[in-house]
Amino acid sequence: MSASLEKGLNALREQIDAPVASFFTSCVSCGICAEACLFYQETGDPKYTPIHKLEPMRRIWSNEFTLLGRAKSMLGMGRKVTEQDLADWEELVYDSCTMCGRCTLVCPVGNDITMMIRKMREGMSASGNAPEELVAGAKRHWEKGSPMGDLLPALTAHVKNVEKSTGIQVNVDKKGVDYLVILSAQEVAVYNEVIEALARILDKAGVSWTFSSEAFEGTNVGIQIGSKDLAREFVSRTVNAAEKLKVKGVISPECGHAYQALRWEGPNLIGRTYPFEVVHVIELLDRLRADGRLKTKGMDHAKLTFHDPCQINRRGGINHEPRRLLNMVADNFTETEDAGTMNWCCGGGGGVGSNESATELRLQAFQRKKRQFEAVAPEKIVTMCAYCHHILEESLEHYDMDIEVQGLTELMAEYLEDA
Amino acid sequence: MADKPLLPELMKAHGISRRGFLKYCATLTSMMALPPILAPKVAMALEGASRPSVIWLSFQECTGCTEAITRSYAPTIEDLIFNAISLDYHHTLQAASGEAAEAAREAAMEENWGNYLVIVDGSIPLANPGFSTIAGISNLEMLKQTAEGAAAIVAVGSCAAFGGIPHADPNPTGAVSVADIITDKPIINVPGCPPIPVVMTSVLAQFLAFGLDSIEVDDLGRPKAFYSETIHDRCYRRPFYDKGLFAESFDDEGAREGWCLYKLGCKGPTTKSVCATVKWNDGTSFPIQAGHPCLGCTEPDFWDNGGFYKPLSVPAGDYRKLGLAAVAGGAVLGVAGGAIARSVKSSAAAKHEPVTPDDLEKKS
Amino acid sequence: MNNPYFDLLMWARGPGFDIALTIMVGGILLRLVEIFVLGRKKDLAAPKGNGVLQGLRTVFTRSVPRKGAMKEAPVTYIAGYLFHIGFFVAFLFLGAHIALIGDLIGIQWPAANKALIEIATAIAVVALIALLWTRFKDPVRRALSTFDDYLVWVLSILPLVTGYAAVNTMFGDSTLMMAIHMLSAEALMIAFPFTKLMHAVTFAVSRYYNGSIQGRKGAES
Repeated sequence: MSASLEKGLNALREQIDAPVASFFTSCVSCGICAEACLFYQETGDPKYTPIHKLEPMRRIWSNEFTLLGRAKSMLGMGRKVTEQDLADWEELVYDSCTMCGRCTLVCPVGNDITMMIRKMREGMSASGNAPEELVAGAKRHWEKGSPMGDLLPALTAHVKNVEKSTGIQVNVDKKGVDYLVILSAQEVAVYNEVIEALARILDKAGVSWTFSSEAFEGTNVGIQIGSKDLAREFVSRTVNAAEKLKVKGVISPECGHAYQALRWEGPNLIGRTYPFEVVHVIELLDRLRADGRLKTKGMDHAKLTFHDPCQINRRGGINHEPRRLLNMVADNFTETEDAGTMNWCCGGGGGVGSNESATELRLQAFQRKKRQFEAVAPEKIVTMCAYCHHILEESLEHYDMDIEVQGLTELMAEYLEDA
Repeated sequence: MADKPLLPELMKAHGISRRGFLKYCATLTSMMALPPILAPKVAMALEGASRPSVIWLSFQECTGCTEAITRSYAPTIEDLIFNAISLDYHHTLQAASGEAAEAAREAAMEENWGNYLVIVDGSIPLANPGFSTIAGISNLEMLKQTAEGAAAIVAVGSCAAFGGIPHADPNPTGAVSVADIITDKPIINVPGCPPIPVVMTSVLAQFLAFGLDSIEVDDLGRPKAFYSETIHDRCYRRPFYDKGLFAESFDDEGAREGWCLYKLGCKGPTTKSVCATVKWNDGTSFPIQAGHPCLGCTEPDFWDNGGFYKPLSVPAGDYRKLGLAAVAGGAVLGVAGGAIARSVKSSAAAKHEPVTPDDLEKKS
Repeated sequence: MNNPYFDLLMWARGPGFDIALTIMVGGILLRLVEIFVLGRKKDLAAPKGNGVLQGLRTVFTRSVPRKGAMKEAPVTYIAGYLFHIGFFVAFLFLGAHIALIGDLIGIQWPAANKALIEIATAIAVVALIALLWTRFKDPVRRALSTFDDYLVWVLSILPLVTGYAAVNTMFGDSTLMMAIHMLSAEALMIAFPFTKLMHAVTFAVSRYYNGSIQGRKGAES
């Protein structure tokens, strides 16, 4: 089988449902979505207007899903979607959209443009118009368990190190514990401090947990590339592991799209509800805080600010939890402009960060965050998404900004009360 | 014509002073919407006017126009008008009857051929000439005969001017207006059901004083002096319209307070007439002042303009039935359109082949 | 003898209105069925918030711009508000329109002062001109604009201008202006189901979906 235009169009047809039809019907082309878009804002190029990124899908809807459109098509008036159209739109759908969801929140008629981009990508990938880096990542993920290749040896090593340095036993494949902990590939590969942090916090709180050697990372290239079949496979790995280990819950890592994939899309991808709960690690920490099971000592006096990951806050509903945690351990916490629900994206989400062709654009788009960070001038930026973490570090370095970036779990662990 | 007495002599005979005559001329001048400076000219013209022969033809009508013109206010002046002209034929007013009456008409025509004035009230039935006859002569024939030697025709009342009530749907008699038949004579339409009496007399006076050419008419042949502004624009209830205060029924607070009658179907906004300013019965009142919406009687087909009590902005047709049809049609179309949309979606789902990463590349 | 203006007015009040209403009602129904028939898969993810409630709430709350959004597109926002407010004040509070609505659905309310209606109309017209200006001038809006956008602009401004002219006896015969006003409104009605004017109905549907999707996740909308 090979990707083809027909398969792509077919995938788009599959994706068009009542909300999509309602959204396209409602659009008044007011252009307000552009004002919310990081890529339009930082480039001023009207082609980055979010609703415009959906033009091929809109055309299919109009030509095939409306009586008037069908009549027009019969008279040869409806413009068909061509191979070239989809090729032209690749940049708009993948390189210049992180599915950050700001447009969805400002659209006056309430169009969920972000959700439609996710659907649009189904057609793009099926027609062979997905970025090659994501396709390569999908292949590695499919065959080796993670888009970064086989990370099990790395994890095993980390586990050993953590056990050695903390004296806490880290379970792998242990049945019947409370939680199965999922990490992001980025964390296993780069920001592995989080493992020790998590081990200490959960140990202190008396939460039993385990890793699974079969599913330990929550990255889901299927979601980014826009292929429900791939996404289903990747999510199934975690679901199967969790079911096998009979855990009460799965802890979703500090990773934006992993949270989307595991928590929100997952049950719909596999077509059934989970027999376990999925909780974001920050959500869990906040719960432990509320229960008095997360106790800290001392305060970080450094001026620090927080970066909201789009998929976790704006599109995930976790907004107050990180702030409550931060205020436990930081006495010089300053918010950037627009912080919270309308925070600006780091520029790398939705797969953009892995697309070589998007690098320049992404760094240009980062100028928004750059200005906001400059206004606050923090010593440290805290976030709760390993990929944001990675993109922030990379972009800060690009702009010669010497600001430390840290994951929130790690920060919390630093001030964990030892007694 | 020489043996006919001039106006001043007649006035004297009727005990009207010179002062009274001039006052009348001034009133007439303002009525005709002429500048006051022309009042002496009106007086001079009327003073010099002899009594032209007038033949008044009544066809399919109700005699309302005649009833009205006899109530033209200032009776002495009405008297004057009837004496300023030589009314040689008028069913209701003339003493003669039967053959004598017809003979009078024929004599007047013969004597004044080419110079007499014809006034018509009532419409003319075309469906069957026998529907309306006078002395065995059909209305159509009498109009044609009489019009032939006329200097001009004044169509008085909406029936003569536009066909009026007889012309109303379904128009069983095939009634038409004077202008629908006579095309080679100047015709002045003075519509109304009936027209305001002083408007009728003023038009005649202007005709006598300044001649036909002095009467400027609109597209419907109506003298602009009396038919260029809508009743709505001059209505004393207009401030209530502007304030958004409307009577909703004939016995509500709004009706008692004298609020605008638009919602009760008033046709003032589309009706051109001086009703609101000249009024009737010596300036006493007019329909809206009496609490009834304007019917729009100075406009063609006023009987069929969507109902007297239906506001102008309300649809005149039976849209409710159509509305139901639209709902049904929309539902049927919706089912058809929906079925198509659904089938596109479900056949797409059926065609779906599960994708693996290898399927994401185009292989040529 | 006929008055062609009157005949036109009667056509507008009669067959014209019937045709327009039929197409509008039938068309809206068609478009709505076309949307809803596509359905929406049941969300199997355990909800974190009440989607239904937030969906319903978003239908209203989305009428208020998000903090800071206004300054990004001031012309679109301000002129957009002014147009909608002006248009609906003029449409819903002129006595003649209330009589029409009363006849259609049997509900009536007090009419507004003519001065208020005229101010509202003037505001709506000025706002529309500003919106057209930004559509021409602003690269985003210019790029997004299609024939549909300009058609709807024309169809929206015509009833405002002709209505003002009809009430104030401008541009000639008042009967003719009234007829033209009605015909322009009927053109708007006919175009309604087949242009972006449909947003006047589906905005509520879209906002509901948006709010319910976000609401289930416990996220803001």
